[in-house]
Amino acid sequence: MIEQNTPDLLITNGHLLDPVSQPEPAPRDLLLRDGRIHAIDAPGAFTALEIKNVVDATGLLVAPGLIDVHVHLREPGQTWKETIATGTRAAAAGGYTTVVAMPNTIPVNDSVETMEWMLSPDRDPQVHLLAMPAATQGSLGERLTDYAALAAAGAVGFTDDGKPVLEDRVMRSALVAAARLGLPISQHAEDTHITGGCSMHAGPVAFRLGLRGMTIEAESNIVERDIQLLRDIEQKDHLRPHLHVQHVSTAKALAAIRLAKQQGLHVTCEAAPHHFTLTDQAVSGEAADPTFCRNTPYNTNAKMNPPLRDEADRLAVVEALLDGTIDCIATDHAPHAAHEKEVEFERAPNGITGLETALGLAFRILHQRHGLPLARVLALLSSHPAQLLKLDGRGTLTPGAHADLVLFDPAAEWTYAAAQSLSKSKNSPFDLAPMLGRIHATLCAGRVVHRG
Amino acid sequence: MDELTHPDHHPGSLLSVQHLSLSEVARILASTTRIAALAPAERAKLLAGRRIALLFYESSTRTRTSFELAAKSLGATTTLVSDKSSSIEKGESLKDTGLTLRALGAEAIILRHPSSGAAALLARATGLPVLNAGDGMHEHPSQALLDLRTLLTRLALDPGTAHAGSLSGVTVVITGDIRHSRVARSNAMLLPRLGARVILCGPEPLLSEDALGLHPGEGPCLEIERDFDRALATAAQQTPAVMMLRIQKERLAGLELDLACYIANYQLTEDRLAAHAPNALVLHPGPMIRGLEIQGEVADSPQSAIEDQVRHGLAVRTALLARALGVTA
Repeated sequence: MIEQNTPDLLITNGHLLDPVSQPEPAPRDLLLRDGRIHAIDAPGAFTALEIKNVVDATGLLVAPGLIDVHVHLREPGQTWKETIATGTRAAAAGGYTTVVAMPNTIPVNDSVETMEWMLSPDRDPQVHLLAMPAATQGSLGERLTDYAALAAAGAVGFTDDGKPVLEDRVMRSALVAAARLGLPISQHAEDTHITGGCSMHAGPVAFRLGLRGMTIEAESNIVERDIQLLRDIEQKDHLRPHLHVQHVSTAKALAAIRLAKQQGLHVTCEAAPHHFTLTDQAVSGEAADPTFCRNTPYNTNAKMNPPLRDEADRLAVVEALLDGTIDCIATDHAPHAAHEKEVEFERAPNGITGLETALGLAFRILHQRHGLPLARVLALLSSHPAQLLKLDGRGTLTPGAHADLVLFDPAAEWTYAAAQSLSKSKNSPFDLAPMLGRIHATLCAGRVVHRG
Repeated sequence: MDELTHPDHHPGSLLSVQHLSLSEVARILASTTRIAALAPAERAKLLAGRRIALLFYESSTRTRTSFELAAKSLGATTTLVSDKSSSIEKGESLKDTGLTLRALGAEAIILRHPSSGAAALLARATGLPVLNAGDGMHEHPSQALLDLRTLLTRLALDPGTAHAGSLSGVTVVITGDIRHSRVARSNAMLLPRLGARVILCGPEPLLSEDALGLHPGEGPCLEIERDFDRALATAAQQTPAVMMLRIQKERLAGLELDLACYIANYQLTEDRLAAHAPNALVLHPGPMIRGLEIQGEVADSPQSAIEDQVRHGLAVRTALLARALGVTA
């Protein structure tokens, strides 16, 4: 994004809500210059400057742009599902100003060459694009990629997402190598030895549907193993490795993470909105409460990995978001074409889109239903991900910070229409679901990248 | 519970026994009786000239033949599409195969498919009445209905109707590879609603506690009893029936279950019946592996209802086909 030569922009009449510096909304005007927050002051303070580009934020909250540490943009190689341009366009519509692209593209992003191709302005990203390249070559789980070279080229972490780094020896080496660079290993925690042929959560719903299910232990075993490796590395190698657990979905994994944090290990984790909103009944189409997902039997838009769990696990995810065990919300935006999802449940690819529904669901569920203050919800969506990845000057709106902002009406109730999504793909279970909090504008590097 | 509405698919479909209210089950049984009583020439007028497609992605003797003969007895034209002799081999999707059959004039499709939920997918994609002839491990609704009719008939109960007390006083023990069985699922979901006590029996790898979720509701619940002899003895306290399910040797090996051990504990033998439930009605959906889950002598004994099941299957499926096309006898 070009940060020079952008005309000054003034945001007026809004209420600033910054999870870090201004957790209570306060009336403020913001002056943006050269892609940065130049100044923040009382309403009207900048009138004398006669700035031409003005965004009127009357009735709106002005907050740091959202940051998603887990998105699948499908480019290179699967551009019928999404491209970097369309995915980041959808991100902007969802209030996101920074997204981190996962490496399970075709080819896998496991080289500086591929990563630089992905991060090139030629891909036309609409918001700030970062990447986590593969932890192992081809994400085959055997040989590490060149972490130093990838870090120098801008990698913010390493992950074989879609797959776990399964072998103890390889995961340990990965954690050590990443620790030396101060970067996290982001782990898709799934014991693939015991999830073969599984397409949803193991339990009575899977049994009734005649589908093989993934057990809780398939997730928690790997999380526990990885935490044990952290302990071992701190003791033996005197390094401080950072494990980031992706899309955590079970109470058991959360318990292990909570304990590890208490013990001072550097573990962080993320949860996706679908894991705090839906349960495995969304697959059966027999949910007692179909408010957020219409009851459709064998709904492939309720198929993702890790799967939707039972109500106890869903509540554990909510609880962990409230008590700080979960550091941030990450969508795991996973676009798939209609023809790919309109197949037998077992054969459908995993994943749903999520960039445009994250804020609406987070406010509806975490804030409205569970009382989490707006500033805390926003922290999960912006300042925490920024801190987790050490993104300086992002996730906060103080003078000098990047001019990445989202303007939204926190009280607006609206209905999400999947068909209107700006993503190339419409695979969302949340079609017709009631959202809370409507985005009116998203600004990136001081330029408007979305108007609601 | 009265009529259940499912806007997602045609009312003539039968995808799951869960979609049938008891009054609908009663209607189907009554219709079965009426159609069975018609002279063949009268029966052949009911669906004269109507077109029914059978779409079978899995091999089948009795279900396919049963549906085909049922359709023909009603005067319908049938066509069989199997995955081995069609463009399915070229990768054509289930949705497209269904749309093609619809374009060719099929008014209903009978589907057997290895994936759970395939019948629901076909119903959604085509909007046609779809009769689920077995979708993966999920359901085999017509099997549960014919098993119901067999029980009612052989136990001298009224087979022409259905209500919450129809099978009151009857205990059905279902034994075998329940984990992988669509027959077990459909029966376990249907029979308790008619007042039967249903006992699921088998070793842990073939029957997990999750199976109890098949009938969580009111009335007699589903139970798990891992001791087959005890299950039979319990059933014998009421009117007993035992339904044996096929065991696949390869499955046992894959789950590291000893075949000899399985046979010792779970095979239905003359001795076992005589000792614990001498009057039990014996059912098996077929195909059966004589000498594995069931002793040949038991299958051929007077208390076996296995051939009755096949006969009732033909009758029930004629009623289901008429229902699919909105025709009442």
